[in-house]
Amino acid sequence: MLELRNLSFNVSDESDNKEIIRDVSLVIPDRRLIVITGPNGGGKSTLARLIAGIEKPTSGAIIYQGEDITEMSVTDRARRGIAFAFQQPVRFKGIRVLDLIRIASGKTLSVADACEYLSSVGLCARDYIDREVNSSLSGGELKRIEIATVLARNARLAVFDEPEAGIDLWSFQNLVEVFQHMQRRIENGSILIISHQERILNIADEIVVLRSGRVAAHGPREEILPTLIGTASAVNPCRKLEEGGAAQ
Amino acid sequence: MIQLDEIQKRLLREVADLHKVPEGAYNIRSNSQSAGRQSTANIEITSKTDVSGLDIRIKPGTKNESVHIPVVMTQSGLKELVYNDFYIGEGADVVIVAGCGIDNCGPQDSEHDGIHRFYVGKNAHVRYVEKHYGSGSGRGKRILNPGTEVYQEEGSSVEMEMVQIKGVDDTERMTTAELAAGARLVVRERLMTHGEQRAVSTYVVTLNGEGASADVVSRSVARDLSFQKFDAKIIGNAACHGHTECDSIIMDQGRILAVPGLEANNVDAALVHEAAIGKIAGDQIIKLMTLGLTEAEAEEQIINGFLR
Repeated sequence: MLELRNLSFNVSDESDNKEIIRDVSLVIPDRRLIVITGPNGGGKSTLARLIAGIEKPTSGAIIYQGEDITEMSVTDRARRGIAFAFQQPVRFKGIRVLDLIRIASGKTLSVADACEYLSSVGLCARDYIDREVNSSLSGGELKRIEIATVLARNARLAVFDEPEAGIDLWSFQNLVEVFQHMQRRIENGSILIISHQERILNIADEIVVLRSGRVAAHGPREEILPTLIGTASAVNPCRKLEEGGAAQ
Repeated sequence: MIQLDEIQKRLLREVADLHKVPEGAYNIRSNSQSAGRQSTANIEITSKTDVSGLDIRIKPGTKNESVHIPVVMTQSGLKELVYNDFYIGEGADVVIVAGCGIDNCGPQDSEHDGIHRFYVGKNAHVRYVEKHYGSGSGRGKRILNPGTEVYQEEGSSVEMEMVQIKGVDDTERMTTAELAAGARLVVRERLMTHGEQRAVSTYVVTLNGEGASADVVSRSVARDLSFQKFDAKIIGNAACHGHTECDSIIMDQGRILAVPGLEANNVDAALVHEAAIGKIAGDQIIKLMTLGLTEAEAEEQIINGFLR
């Protein structure tokens, strides 16, 4: 279980002090898939980065499995089971897909086991396992590899920051299936996805709406989603594709 | 064969991956003496009579054979200049493993200057691996100044892998190549300097024949107070393709100077140079930290991958 207590995050430069996250209190229970949505600039990605430890809050506390992790480093949070998928996956010259998945799993994984993770994100493992995680890979390929590294972590709390960003519609449909698969296998952890895609909101157990850095709404999907349809907080990727079912 | 001590054996492992006497042709040079030599039916190794060094003659059509000519130095204050000439016969396909390891525990500088000349016959293929390594805690420097000259006939191809990762205090590397029609040269250089080390690597590749091509790529890391200069020049005198790339990571107070040089003397010469120098990207470190590595472990992984 993750609990955010009165979390605030300000950025200040010479002339201005901007409040990005304002007094957010939130409980993410176990065995739940939670989607945080809201308009652009509402603080969604910042909240995800605060949870992973990439940013440190100005005030408030983050409690994870009963432990205060507010001051804990990214590494220590990762070792306690928090995984984070970047909105813009990072490229590395010379580091192969296999290396990254091995680092993620924290053990000397066999090639066959590493391939399992790639297959589950829809990549033909044989074609990718020895490739470098560099700019020769497309945005969609990098995104899937990013998600494969999170799967390999076997995390108790998996945080995905806008997983749909930068990928094509075909890949997007597969991505939703990957999350559904993860959702079915949740045992004692939870999944937190930052997204305003309707299809991802559709599979949420709970939805949080973050607006101007504050929690504007939080509740079960059945309750929240109808209020969002047609707004910027629940975007449909392509109406045409949806109607024709071409993505199936 | 002269008995090698443990330090010499360790140096051999570092520079030539040799755990025992190699198969095929070899010459092991230890503290300026031959510690063992073997020629084969197709590869003949003989000592030069005028200067220090070897003539290595590979018969035309020799396939899947290898030559190892590692050098190890453990005597402080030793300074040597060696000429090794390789004559690679037409259509041969061979692997040549060179490399030099210096262990200097004394107060005086140790220096090995190796000049390697390759005469590569028509349609021959050579893979050349050269590793340099230094160790030892003495105040004396470990200095390596390799000179490499490559003369490639029509249709030949040469792949060179040059690696210097650790312990060499001062190096000036000069590589020149002249390529005839259809010849191909691929160079992969990997270099890491630390402490107050200094490394200069210069390439002059001349593409003389139609369809000749060269691809020279250097990946390097400069740490601490070290300095590197990468100076790569490709001259296109015919319809040819040339590409050089310098990709570097700087850390601490390391400094790198990349000097691109392209000279096209024919309208159909296509030459490209790329250079990028910068510190490790912060998001690379953070990504690996989210996978459970510490900051130091993340840096190490990034550099190991980069220099792979």
